[in-house]
Amino acid sequence: MDAPNPTVIDCDVHAVLPSIGALLPFLPAYWREQVEQTGFKGPVDTWYPPGLPTSARPGSAPAGGGPAASTVELIQRDVLGEAPHPAFAILNCDCAVETLHNPDAASAVAGALNEWISAAWLSRDKRLRASIVVPSQFPELAVREIERRAREPGFVQVLLPVRSEAPYGSLNFRPVFAAAARHGLPVALHFGGVPGNPPTPVGWPSFYLEEYAGMTGVFQTHLISIIAGGVFDEHPQLRLVLAEGGFAWLPAMLWRFDKNWKGLRREIPWVRRPPSEYVWEHVRLTTAPLDAPEDPAQLRSAIAQLGSEDMLLYASDYPHAHGDSASDPVWEGLSGALKAKIMSGNARALYRL
Amino acid sequence: MKTPKKPPAGDPATLVDCDIHNHLTQEAVARYLPKKWQDYDRQFGRRSSPGDFYPKATPMASRTDAWPPGGGPPGSDLAFLRTQLLDAWPIEIGVLNTLITIKNQYRDYDAALATAANACQIAEWLAPEPRLRASLLVPFEDAALAVDEIRRHGGDRRFVQVLIPSRTSEPLGQRKYWPLYAAASEHGLPIGIHFGGWSGGHPISGAGWPAYYLEYHTGMIQTFQAHLISLVCEGVFEEFPDLKVVFIEGGLAWIAPLLWRLDRSWRQLKAENPRLRKAPSEYVRSHFWLTTQPVEEPPGPGQFLEMLSQLGMDDRLLFSTDYPHWDFDNPDSALPSAVPAALRQKMRRDNARALYRLN
Repeated sequence: MDAPNPTVIDCDVHAVLPSIGALLPFLPAYWREQVEQTGFKGPVDTWYPPGLPTSARPGSAPAGGGPAASTVELIQRDVLGEAPHPAFAILNCDCAVETLHNPDAASAVAGALNEWISAAWLSRDKRLRASIVVPSQFPELAVREIERRAREPGFVQVLLPVRSEAPYGSLNFRPVFAAAARHGLPVALHFGGVPGNPPTPVGWPSFYLEEYAGMTGVFQTHLISIIAGGVFDEHPQLRLVLAEGGFAWLPAMLWRFDKNWKGLRREIPWVRRPPSEYVWEHVRLTTAPLDAPEDPAQLRSAIAQLGSEDMLLYASDYPHAHGDSASDPVWEGLSGALKAKIMSGNARALYRL
Repeated sequence: MKTPKKPPAGDPATLVDCDIHNHLTQEAVARYLPKKWQDYDRQFGRRSSPGDFYPKATPMASRTDAWPPGGGPPGSDLAFLRTQLLDAWPIEIGVLNTLITIKNQYRDYDAALATAANACQIAEWLAPEPRLRASLLVPFEDAALAVDEIRRHGGDRRFVQVLIPSRTSEPLGQRKYWPLYAAASEHGLPIGIHFGGWSGGHPISGAGWPAYYLEYHTGMIQTFQAHLISLVCEGVFEEFPDLKVVFIEGGLAWIAPLLWRLDRSWRQLKAENPRLRKAPSEYVRSHFWLTTQPVEEPPGPGQFLEMLSQLGMDDRLLFSTDYPHWDFDNPDSALPSAVPAALRQKMRRDNARALYRLN
């Protein structure tokens, strides 16, 4: 086995729950009984249609059956054990806890997921780190879960599904950011989520392609909301990670946002700098799937338009298959210093690894 | 009449303004309603719509100097619109986009309002002012009724497109809207999709209601993103190969990045939608036009030109002011001077002449 490469950190690897059965040892007695006696399966909705070519790269499912990326051995073999041999990988378990409308169920399942992540993944490999799963639809319960996990080894950020019923900058959600900030944890908004409301401002699309490509709009809503709401003014140390949402859309949005801020800032007087300055300081974005132009020269200009070299975090997005990797020739055109920041420097600073 | 300002050096002598808001007051429209609908209008009509309850920078989101001296709201007085806009710059043609009127309540009432508003536009705006053209108002959430209205005026060249506000009840590629596209195609009319509106049902983002007008205004782009994706993915341009779509007040800069993402995803997910025969970007670059205001402002003119080159739609950019709204783009200064003269001429005049058949 090749030694871990200290110059690579993979900031988005999926740890997939094989079934509610894996959580039984970690659920409270009441919920164990509900699972055993009522057939309750927990959050079964999955954002990725499992049969799609992009959902799982070939060979990423366990030989003995079960979903892709559902055992630590697969991650060890396919992510840590393969070029570029990342020194660390950040696990995101996006398990649709937001579909559970019963607050006790949501809280119990989120808690059990974190126990499972700790026992079945973090304790099995020192190179793994993980995001804290929270019942994001119940901010008060989410705060409790953050308080419970923040000091446990291996948990390095708070995970929120990007799709939600309300923009995360709304007043009701502030305690979650406060809890993350209190513990020095970044908050990651990750592609997907199943909150029940449509993913566009004009209703439901027909095709997965539409939802997939259009998801950048939902990222935009939250970013605008969090900045306009003054979340970064309240928590100057807070960092926000936009995971699996692309990055090429960001400059155009900031040009519009900055222009509107100039015209309308009287409405949000606590926001005293142009939004782009908040973004450079507080926001980080993972690279996979790469939705930038395929021409390396155009990719370089798309990255330059971001306006800061501190923002991109390399990610494989394992087991999803979007056709990009750290060995992609598009990265070769970047300067050595920028490439080093994207591959590990920015993540090292963010997660203090 | 004031002497028009001279266009900046290198610009064409005249320009076409592709987004002007004339305000048809309730009283003005009511004059053209049949009696039974006048009664209905008084008793039940004109409920306000959610999503408008933000303080919007200025009264009626308008320039504070745009209130006509003779009374009435901004954009309601043709004489003052001439003074403040048409005569102040060398505007050869201005396209009117009336934003109110269709409320998406009782569909027959919507249809009556659209018919009355179009009659009002002809009598009070288009007939007295030859420099003006208008977008046709239609009850767009009911395609059959909308088709009736398109048939009524489709031969009148003063109506240059069919107007749909961007906050619809479904993504615009959905088949319930297709009869409207068929009728528009038949009459050679583009579909103009304009920032805003309300059709009921959905908050103004894919993740609920934002707190501030600044968010509403910045995030409105997402309605255009959803429509672009939907119109392409549903195969609308395979079904209606002559259909033209104009995004009005929807910005420019977000389109190239979205197309990179859409093209890449389509290549992997082609099997989901066999109707599409080309990359999504090819449909967009051959069926869409874009008005400029409020034009995005990258940090420098170099990045503005880079954005235009990534967009690759030089023949499809249409200058607009958005008069009388607060975020009015001034024809003298809105486009960075680094934009080459040949492209300015296309944006300020020639593209609009070709699209709207103004010659």
